[in-house]
Amino acid sequence: MMKITVNERNYEAAAGSTVGSIRDRIKPGAEVLVVNGFPADEDQTLVDGDHLVLIRRGETPDAEELDSLLTARHTPGVHARVKRSSIGIAGVGGLGSSVAVALARTGVGRLVIADFDLVEPTNLNRQQYYLDQLGLPKVYALRDTLARINPHLHVTACHLRLTPGNVAEIFGAIDILVEAFDRADQKAMLVETFATYFPDKPIVAGSGMAGHAPSNSIRTSRRGRNIFLCGDGCTEAAPGIGLMAPRVGIAAHHQANAVLRLLLDEDPAANFHEGIDTL
Amino acid sequence: MKVIVNGVATITSANSTVQDLLLQLRLDSQQVVVERNRDIIPRQDFAVARLASGDVLEIVHFVGGG
Repeated sequence: MMKITVNERNYEAAAGSTVGSIRDRIKPGAEVLVVNGFPADEDQTLVDGDHLVLIRRGETPDAEELDSLLTARHTPGVHARVKRSSIGIAGVGGLGSSVAVALARTGVGRLVIADFDLVEPTNLNRQQYYLDQLGLPKVYALRDTLARINPHLHVTACHLRLTPGNVAEIFGAIDILVEAFDRADQKAMLVETFATYFPDKPIVAGSGMAGHAPSNSIRTSRRGRNIFLCGDGCTEAAPGIGLMAPRVGIAAHHQANAVLRLLLDEDPAANFHEGIDTL
Repeated sequence: MKVIVNGVATITSANSTVQDLLLQLRLDSQQVVVERNRDIIPRQDFAVARLASGDVLEIVHFVGGG
């Protein structure tokens, strides 16, 4: 017998089995055959330790298979922690839509997204929306997009304006809140309100990411009890200094990585790698 | 009297409120979140919350764009 993996799950097969024989047993009709990252013929003989991927075109992996595939991409233990998480994203514009996509790909269990806005053409320079989504509420368009990445991710889409009166209800059950608004006064309102209701839940906020100033000035810092701030802290969006995909994307991915680090009990504001975690 | 603002020792007048301090630092009260000794001070209290010597304040200032 030999030990291989099929779609990232361990599998024992008779020594000398061909790709086609495994395919017929596990996923009959699969047209795409990949061995160790390279396209393969059905006549190819497998050896101990090979990694076989079988794909039937048009088929979505079931929840368990998708889970195995995602687990395989992360350090052991990371995925188990991440998939239990529930993350709130306030605003799904330039920051929020990119954070949502990154967290969906990372394998979080649940997202609660809230925004009153509709998809407009000017959004396309930096936000994760597409031409065929113009006019749709952003939260519904984003929910559709996220379903195309991971249909087992649970998304609660709230098409409304967040106010001090509804923040606690909308985000009451999440573990971490991402502040992804556009206006400075709205950012302050949201952070103050959430921190007042839930002083022990982390907030990952964004401030200062306009234009094409150096990437290296975007940082993640800890501010006070449970607030983390991603951005350069000063480059305000203004006429002549617009919001652009690269720099907004850097800030958004600082936020997504901060969420991931918090889920793994690591300090988002640390500067140096702490060493390999053993789990 | 001396208070700590964002890790920096800052001199402010003896009866300063949070609002006075924001004016002194030229910060717009609509664009900040204030923590005093690790507790949030809501903006409706800025004008009445009196600071005490040695208070440790975190004033998070937000700019627009996101």
